[in-house]
Amino acid sequence: MNLTRMELNRIRENFNARQNAASHRVIVCAGTGCRANGSLKVYEEFVRCLAHSGLDVVVELKDEDHDIFVSKSGCQGFCQLGPLVTILPEGTFYTKVKANDVEDIVETTIKRGELVHRLLYVEHGTNKACKAKDEILFYRKQHRFVLNNCGIIDPEDIREYIACGGYQASVKACFDMTPEGVCRLIEAAGLRGRGGGGFPTGNKWNLARQQASKKKYVICNGDEGDPGAFMDRCIMEGNPHSVIEGMIIAARAIDADEGYVYVRAEYPLAVKHIRKAIEDAYALGILGKRLLGSQYCFDLHVMEGAGAFVCGEETALIASMEGKRGMPSPKPPFPVRSGLWGKPTVINNVETLAAVPLIIASGPDSFRQTGTEFSPGTKTFAITGHVVNTGLIEMPFGTTLREIVYGVAGGVATADGEPASDGFKAVQIGGPSGGCLTKEHLDLPMDFDSLKGVGAMIGSGGLVVMNNNTCMVDVARFFMQFAESESCGKCVLCREGTKQMSLLLDDIVEGKATEETLDILEDLATAVQKGSLCGLGKTAPNPVLSTLRQFRDEYEAHVKFKYCPTGTCKALKKLRIDGDLCRGCMVCAKKCPVGAITGEKGKVHRIDEKLCIKCEVCVESCKFQAITGGRK
Amino acid sequence: MNAEQFVYVDNKRISVENEKNLLEVIRKAKIDLPTFCYHSELSVYGACRLCMVDVDGMGLVPACSTPPLRGMKIRTNTAEARKMRKIIVELLLANHSQNCPTCQKGATCQLQSLARRLGITEIRFKNRSPGLPCDVSSPSIVRDPNKCVLCGDCVRICSEVQSVGAIDFAYRGAQTKVIPSFGKDIDKVECVNCGQCVRICPTGALTVKSEVDEVWEALHNPVKIVVAQVAPAVRVAMGEVFGMEPGVTTTGQIAAALRGLGFDRIFDTSFTADLTVVEESNEFIKRIQSGENLPQFTSCCPAWVKFVEQYYPEFVKHLSTCRSPQQMFGSLTKEILSHEMGVKKEDVVVVSIMPCTAKKFEAKRPEFINQGVRDVDNVLTTRELGLMVKEAGLHYKDLDPESFHLPFGFKTGAGVIFGNSGGVSEAALRYVTEKLSGEKRDNYEFLSVRGEDGVRVASLRIGDREFTLAVVSGLGNARRILEKIKSGEVMYDFVEVMSCPGGCIGGGGQPVSLDPEVNRKRTKGIYENDKMLELHRSQDNPYVNQLYKNMLGEVGGHKAHEVLHTTYKNRKRISGENMALSDDNGDAGLEVNVCFGTGCFLKGSQKVLQDVLEYIRQNSLDDAVTVSASFCFERCDRGPTIRVGDEVIERCTSKRAIEAISKETGLFKAEATRHV
Repeated sequence: MNLTRMELNRIRENFNARQNAASHRVIVCAGTGCRANGSLKVYEEFVRCLAHSGLDVVVELKDEDHDIFVSKSGCQGFCQLGPLVTILPEGTFYTKVKANDVEDIVETTIKRGELVHRLLYVEHGTNKACKAKDEILFYRKQHRFVLNNCGIIDPEDIREYIACGGYQASVKACFDMTPEGVCRLIEAAGLRGRGGGGFPTGNKWNLARQQASKKKYVICNGDEGDPGAFMDRCIMEGNPHSVIEGMIIAARAIDADEGYVYVRAEYPLAVKHIRKAIEDAYALGILGKRLLGSQYCFDLHVMEGAGAFVCGEETALIASMEGKRGMPSPKPPFPVRSGLWGKPTVINNVETLAAVPLIIASGPDSFRQTGTEFSPGTKTFAITGHVVNTGLIEMPFGTTLREIVYGVAGGVATADGEPASDGFKAVQIGGPSGGCLTKEHLDLPMDFDSLKGVGAMIGSGGLVVMNNNTCMVDVARFFMQFAESESCGKCVLCREGTKQMSLLLDDIVEGKATEETLDILEDLATAVQKGSLCGLGKTAPNPVLSTLRQFRDEYEAHVKFKYCPTGTCKALKKLRIDGDLCRGCMVCAKKCPVGAITGEKGKVHRIDEKLCIKCEVCVESCKFQAITGGRK
Repeated sequence: MNAEQFVYVDNKRISVENEKNLLEVIRKAKIDLPTFCYHSELSVYGACRLCMVDVDGMGLVPACSTPPLRGMKIRTNTAEARKMRKIIVELLLANHSQNCPTCQKGATCQLQSLARRLGITEIRFKNRSPGLPCDVSSPSIVRDPNKCVLCGDCVRICSEVQSVGAIDFAYRGAQTKVIPSFGKDIDKVECVNCGQCVRICPTGALTVKSEVDEVWEALHNPVKIVVAQVAPAVRVAMGEVFGMEPGVTTTGQIAAALRGLGFDRIFDTSFTADLTVVEESNEFIKRIQSGENLPQFTSCCPAWVKFVEQYYPEFVKHLSTCRSPQQMFGSLTKEILSHEMGVKKEDVVVVSIMPCTAKKFEAKRPEFINQGVRDVDNVLTTRELGLMVKEAGLHYKDLDPESFHLPFGFKTGAGVIFGNSGGVSEAALRYVTEKLSGEKRDNYEFLSVRGEDGVRVASLRIGDREFTLAVVSGLGNARRILEKIKSGEVMYDFVEVMSCPGGCIGGGGQPVSLDPEVNRKRTKGIYENDKMLELHRSQDNPYVNQLYKNMLGEVGGHKAHEVLHTTYKNRKRISGENMALSDDNGDAGLEVNVCFGTGCFLKGSQKVLQDVLEYIRQNSLDDAVTVSASFCFERCDRGPTIRVGDEVIERCTSKRAIEAISKETGLFKAEATRHV
């Protein structure tokens, strides 16, 4: 056993001893979501309040014992209910905690050991108040592997990562394994890229390893940009060292001596935590020359993204790192052959890299125990939209959509968040590059290949659940507008094609389209999918093609009958007064902001279609539900 | 592996040799696969997606960026590939100005011909042509963003081949545009007017600034004496405009056509090229003798001259001070003809027929304008003359050859080979060897400076001295050579640079061709012209000698300097010129230079300057120190920057500046005492 392994163990034992010596640990979630809801104030209030009540409180575990330890954690995933507070060792879990709840928590829970009932999470349906995370379906149904320490440990304290067994895998890779051995182990584990492509990571490393080049690079792709996706952010914020360790192992596997973490500049907290983590790792000799006492060197830098979605595409990412315009280039050559500055480069996604130390530590067989044969392990998902519980979750590959929507997420909800179990319509999976899944896919196992089989993709793991009142044409249009504005403008099909698809979809929702429009749209979408230069363009038509396939009737209603079945598309709305229900009360006529409603008292009113702006004030104001055609 | 590499293209077995991608292989199979963005001279860009072909087991792939693999089965015209191409062209047309009939590119527009070829009869997509203003600021080039297909060819040729990078992509997605930096007009940026972008642009987005109307106007004006000069490279390319083979010489038809158009005198720029050879070679011999400003750089290419002026002002003194043949012609003609014919200078209109777009810029340089009258009034490119001939309805091919007027129509082969890269060097060698060795060689050809490479180095011994020459074409190559000269890695006596690859025969104003074979044929045509002429050395041109005798006097003498030489300027965006802040006391004393560029100013250079001036006043150092402000040492991140004598101080504080000045002035005083 070498010196550094011993040092790691000493740090680990020391930290655990101090933690065990404390009677309580208060963990305040300081992820971006909870911060926005004021969790830092809650944290400060805890420190102040505990000290004020004469308790021996500390915010950093050092060499002497203390009674209470207050710490900040990264994202715990249940952002909708933040700020979240966990109190150890009982595991008491409080939601929506405000600064003025803190005194109560200190008095009731920490001092007296009782619960503050109003802050407990109440399960929808059963109305059961849950004391701890493991009682909540949202958490209980998950399999937290990569996210295991996220939301518990203090991401800014390298000792706590080490205390959880961190950096042992890099020691193993540096001292007990050959580069080929590392590649083979990852190959055997069947780890596939979590960034969307699902390319076997071990394969990629092996290809880079075989390149004869003195200089090689490892890049962590943290340019997560799908609307509503935030798994990579949570990992970088909540457990940055796991990413760094994954990169050290990747560097060892391909024999690289330099790496970059490419982080979205719009993730300031992730940037801060990664920077701090790198600094701390250097200070302990975990990065840099002769890292961990080995003969290897690995220098790691942070590069803040240039703000373009397409920079998540690896060749565009490299271009932007080289100071060029963030535009993809044709492959081949692939980055493993010619990447950053023309050198062999491995680019892995954050979640992939974070899984690596865990796989090295526990072995490929253990990793393969979860997930499916061809998609082993777990996948994080950001679930949003019309469900009861939104947030960040981690599930084994192969879990059904039903389990996620109805199990973890608590079922479908209305736009206001009220449960509406039978209202499921579709799920957009994989963000703007993905496709949509419908009722018939509820029992589809969620893994790389099954999803590909139905024309969708797991992508980075965004799940947007949509209820019955969602217009699928409008959804397709939303994603197309996103793709259009994020196209880099290089290749004709993506630049002009997304623009034209957007214009065609505008025509459809505005009632200006004909049946021929749908044929043109489909032709164009197919061409853009097959012919675009990079992944962004190739996948941009997916929302259109999959909604066209699954909900063609809805498109046809828009073009043939100029009718939006969900009443979403404003231009197609036709508000009418039902003569049988109207009492002639004149309320709607008075409320109408444009004077489009006429009628005498006691007689049936009329809406002048030419004047009507479809604001639906009349619909809301009518006590007799006499006005039809509004949004459902 | 020695096994033959091959692929199947539309069921035909095609062997693969050095072809790097499927597109090259498919071309080898004699199939013209459409593409806008693939050019063998540029990097693979993969943006137009027109070259998509079907490969067994891979589906549709872009041929330009797919390497050939043994046994690949490629099909170029599947239903899917054809549909793809049509959709791409439709998409481009939907975002394209629809005024094709009035477009300068007209029949040579690749987008238009592709639309015809693919049988596109309607555009199913919405027209979203943006209606943006054209950039007409440049004397050479017009940019019409409404016709740009964003293939990036211009961007890449400008940066990869010419190392200028005057234009690049800006904005994203459907808003993407190719523009000069910061959206400025093209004449306000580093564009050298070489016109290579115009040559490579597949549509009418980049065209030559036409002077056809002005020339017609002069021809119609009975008061004006309209004089034409025809550049060497034009004669081997003009025929192409009328469907003739590249490289075929049609000098006689050009003269006939110009007469037909109404020109009063038709002369040959090769005559003044001969004159240039005499002056420039003489200048070279003088520099060799004095050892100053070597290597001597040629100065006949105006794009190259601007390139040196803006990027390497420290090399300006290496440029030959000789005017280019075009400008020598202009100044001489204006003077001689107006005198001879008794007309005012402004009534002699000099029109150049050039293979070049930068010549339009050169003609408008203030150095070549006398009292408001330009030495060369108008410059027509080969293509523009072609348009005029077509407008006049002349059957160019069938015109009976006519000859140029004397005396400026008489040339030697040395004046004609100027059209090729290496021509100026060879012409100069024909003069210099004879002059230095005193003997006439039988063989006038110097094959060592000929060739296709963008950089060619030749050494030869004349008398007891070894001379090394570099012949460069393409400004990217020129930049590399300049850097090597700068670093001391190489040393030459003479460097010829032509901005356009291959020299003037490949100029931006020539009939458009992207086939490298065309340039080869034109080059060959030029050398054949040389062979066919009676004389091959400029010094043998009797009219040149007569000119010296009657008018110019001595070679390189006073009069010659007045009409045949010029000066250059520093065009570096950030000028190195100083602004005196203390009383100028001549050359004596210590020079202190405070940077007043924005970066240094923001970092407090003004305070440092005030303190320095105060220190000088208090210590009565006015006579010993000259203080000036200058704009930008280009060390903005390390400012304020101050130079005291030879020492450049970064992150300078008042204290450090004063310390340095006191130390230096102490030294100065000591030195002064020693001298006394």
